Amino acid sequence: MEEPFVKTEIRKDENIVYKRTDLLVDRPLSYCPGCGHGVVHRMLMETLEEMDIQDKTIGVSPVGCSVLAYDFMNIDMLGAAHGRAPALATAIKRLWPNKFVFTYQGDGDLAAIGTAETIHACNRGENFTIIFINNGIYGMTGGQMAPTTLPGMRSSTSPYGRDVQTMGHPLKITELIANLPGVYYVTRQAVHTPSHVRKTKKAIRKAFEQQKENKGIAFIEVVSNCNSGWKMTPVQSNKWMEENMFPFYPLGDIKLDGKLIQKSEIAK
Amino acid sequence: MAKIKGDILVNVERCKGCEVCIASCPFSVIAMSKEVNGKGYHFALKVNNECTGCMNCAIVCPDGVITVFRGKVSE
Repeated sequence: MEEPFVKTEIRKDENIVYKRTDLLVDRPLSYCPGCGHGVVHRMLMETLEEMDIQDKTIGVSPVGCSVLAYDFMNIDMLGAAHGRAPALATAIKRLWPNKFVFTYQGDGDLAAIGTAETIHACNRGENFTIIFINNGIYGMTGGQMAPTTLPGMRSSTSPYGRDVQTMGHPLKITELIANLPGVYYVTRQAVHTPSHVRKTKKAIRKAFEQQKENKGIAFIEVVSNCNSGWKMTPVQSNKWMEENMFPFYPLGDIKLDGKLIQKSEIAK
Repeated sequence: MAKIKGDILVNVERCKGCEVCIASCPFSVIAMSKEVNGKGYHFALKVNNECTGCMNCAIVCPDGVITVFRGKVSE
């Protein structure tokens, strides 16, 4: 096929301003089209590349859509049992205090089955980074209701919408753990527009910088879409996320340098 | 006078056709192709010469299929 509108005078190696980082293995990602996981993977790997700590970083991959994260990231990685990534990361960080350790978890992993591990690792103030992808649904198993599912949101196990009387309230685990003393940096970001992606990358960079200072857990929540689970196109799901997820999960820093940032939303 | 212009190269076989790049492009440079790639997805395609190399499409692309070039062209 002939590619139209090629500018051969610009398309040279010395003019490259952006290309996929080599720290992501050259194979197709297993995620659905438009899924935020791919962006977070790439931003994480770009951060490691910029800090030049590829050989000093150990990641822990969860159970969920991103269970195969170790297939895509060209660093040392371990797969944890469902929800137990913070416990495994604790052991790794204590055995190798000079390594950079992060866990990469979804909301079914971190906020449901791994609640105990997450809260206790955060309360102990271990020095690793947690990257938490919140899409309000169990994406891998077919869109079941997760603890983070919004009230009234449809999923395959709440087909008439989540009823808070019978199914309980959504869990804001990020606000919950921000109150723990061992946690140093808590932020909530998104990856659906270029500006949000840049902010997320800055947050990841900050979290890894703070690991050097042994201050405590850095917790980055990324509100992401799940277009397959929400039964929408990627662009529609991004819009839906802006309209429905962000009022409930407001973006921004929640705890900075060990101090809670007071917001009216958190008080509610 | 020399002008700064950009160009994008899409890794066609890796593109999954999610159209997130189309929504992020400020100059409507990208559109979906009529053809499909080996996996059956319509892929992103450059449809005009307005590209400035702002990298927005490449940054939001979940699969990182877009390479961005930026350089001077003589008008």
